Amino acid sequence: MRIAIKTILIAATLLCALPARAALNVLACEPEWGALVRELAGDLAKVYQATTALQDVHHIQARPSLIAAARRADFLVCTGAELEIGWLPVLTRESGNPAIQPGAPGYFEATRYVTLIEVPTRLDRSEGDVHPAGNPHVQTDPRSIAKVAAGLAERLAAVDPQNAAEYRKRYASFAARWQQAIERWSREAAPLKGVRVVEHHRAFSYLFGWLGVEVIGYLEPKPGVEPSAGHLAEVLKLQQTRPAKFVVRASYVDPRAAEWFSEHAGIPVVVLPFSVGGDERATDLFTWTDELVGLLVKAAK
Amino acid sequence: MQRIRLAAAVAAACLASAPVLAAGDEEIKQIRAQIEQMKHDYEARIADLEKRLSAAEAKTEQAVQTVERTAPPAPPPPQQSRSSAFNPDVSLVLQGRYANLQQNPDSYEIGGFIPSNGEVDPGPRGLSLSETELTVGAKADPYFGGQATVSLSPDNDVEVEEAYLYTLGLGHGLGIKAGRFFSKIGYQNEQHQHAWDFIDAPLPYRAFLGGQYGDDGVQFRWIAPTELFVELGGELLRGREFPGSDPDKNGIGLSTLFAHVGGDVGVSNSWRAGLSYLRTSPNGRDYDDVNAAGDPVTNAFSGNSRLWIMDAVWKWAPNGNPKQRNFKLQAEYFHRHEDGTLTYDATGAPIPGSYDSKQSGWYAQAVYQLMPRWRVGLRYDRLNYGTVDIGQVQSGVLTAADFPILESYRPTLSTAMLDWSPSEFSRLRLQFAQDKSRPGITDNQLFLQYIISLGAHGAHNW
Repeated sequence: MRIAIKTILIAATLLCALPARAALNVLACEPEWGALVRELAGDLAKVYQATTALQDVHHIQARPSLIAAARRADFLVCTGAELEIGWLPVLTRESGNPAIQPGAPGYFEATRYVTLIEVPTRLDRSEGDVHPAGNPHVQTDPRSIAKVAAGLAERLAAVDPQNAAEYRKRYASFAARWQQAIERWSREAAPLKGVRVVEHHRAFSYLFGWLGVEVIGYLEPKPGVEPSAGHLAEVLKLQQTRPAKFVVRASYVDPRAAEWFSEHAGIPVVVLPFSVGGDERATDLFTWTDELVGLLVKAAK
Repeated sequence: MQRIRLAAAVAAACLASAPVLAAGDEEIKQIRAQIEQMKHDYEARIADLEKRLSAAEAKTEQAVQTVERTAPPAPPPPQQSRSSAFNPDVSLVLQGRYANLQQNPDSYEIGGFIPSNGEVDPGPRGLSLSETELTVGAKADPYFGGQATVSLSPDNDVEVEEAYLYTLGLGHGLGIKAGRFFSKIGYQNEQHQHAWDFIDAPLPYRAFLGGQYGDDGVQFRWIAPTELFVELGGELLRGREFPGSDPDKNGIGLSTLFAHVGGDVGVSNSWRAGLSYLRTSPNGRDYDDVNAAGDPVTNAFSGNSRLWIMDAVWKWAPNGNPKQRNFKLQAEYFHRHEDGTLTYDATGAPIPGSYDSKQSGWYAQAVYQLMPRWRVGLRYDRLNYGTVDIGQVQSGVLTAADFPILESYRPTLSTAMLDWSPSEFSRLRLQFAQDKSRPGITDNQLFLQYIISLGAHGAHNW
């Protein structure tokens, strides 16, 4: 009897101990944060990516598979600033998982580490799909990624203290490589300074702010509102006074508006990957930013 | 920035001096000197701020470059989020419609099925306001959240549609809800009416659940820690509404069990399927009918009522991006077994008899978003009469004509809809239906509907 109890106790202890030794389960709302976790955690984390770069992250549905992933997650990495407001609250509420509730150490919002731009002065839905805290698409500026990486490494270390040293070591290596890459991208992108473009959605504001690219108009009349014929004609008028060199859209959006504009304005369309996986060459954070800079430089020539 | 500050300074100076109408030269000189001084001060301060900013930037750069540094980075800046301040999220759904109905809605009945006395008819003809829903929700503390939806009817009645608390920190995938809420049985039952793909509930929901089942009680649910979505749960409820009879007792009036599984197939497809069970023992659940002689009758059922629901939903979107195009297929099958006593009462001298019915029904619907904003949908609903054994008829005390509502009939409803959603917060819908709920009568229906949502951004269930 004693032996039986002992065996059961040992078995129970082993079972309880098992999850602690397994990799940290990370639910990344967007591919860029999934890629960043892979850089900083390597094999220490098992990353489940909620969305792909070919999906509009404003309009994701809280699918059963995502609720199941939220249930299993030890750590959640999202953009925040209400980008995921249509679906993330359902995932955290339905998951029954206290580790990833807003405010818990396992709930990480990248936009908290970056100063947001384009903060609306008027909060009114008649202005379209506005985000009260500002433009949430911070990932397109590699300097933002650097800031988020610093915060993320520390948070990973706090959530998984056993491996804190490893996270810090990996962060140090990443930060050094990333800083070198930023310097290289800055040099390569020098010709983009002052280049004028037309953009579909305010998706690359941070990237353009960094590179000094000037956006003369948007195909969307208001954030999140579908381009209309009347509005496109208005943007086309701008093209006559301050001509843009090309029109930019993220690879996940409907191509028709940009194609219409390109045809009527006689300028090319540049399709940029909005995140890692947005085209076949953007396989990690480095190759993705290579792609962003490379495509723009090529188009500006 | 500098310019704005200067402008503000100048404006302030102007305002301050405004009441002095007859300002002398000396005064003007003084004001000029003051402005000059302010300008100087501000420029000095701005220069200082710029210096500090560039110093801070340099520091940040250094921090990034100091790769061996392991000290924690500066704490994140506070985020200015207004909607997540302490105020609860408030949202208001406004709905209105126009209905053109061939038949008088007052004559609505579902032939062959015991009436639920719920709101199952197609509603008033002509222009009318529909339910206005006010939802307020927030987290109370680290342990509980709460949400209430109050529905204001066009007749100026107020109804508490939902009002419940839910747990936040139980962990292990467990969740408890308590209060009044829509049951998690089936698929559509839990969704609020404004989130439905058609203006009305499918026939089986109307026949077996009075349109939608909401009740007072407690819900327990558990999500399995698996890759496949597995949700198991149950509810202990009062049995306030049909198929219950709001019993006057201390125990549980109605209970449910449900299991849902779901997942993705590739990146473009996702699915969910479920099996639910509802059980209650109504006591004196009555409905009105007319007997063979044309006199009004009240019939009351007491006994056991058991309902099974199978549900399945499949959604498709190219690359899993529903923004442009998406497709949704949804179907539910209901089977109900009721046995006990049916008491017939025409004259104040009740005649009890045995009652045993096995009835079923199903609906299937498909909704396709063919381009942003535009969706088309088709739905087909059907009820199967099954078997209904009435003791008084079998023994010859009464005839089938004394229970006209329960005479054999197979109701169907065919519906087509087109909706246009300029944004996530507004929708206009056009719906045609051929309703054969009443025995031998066809009701051609046309509806025009608007739904708009104000306030907090709702996050809908899948």
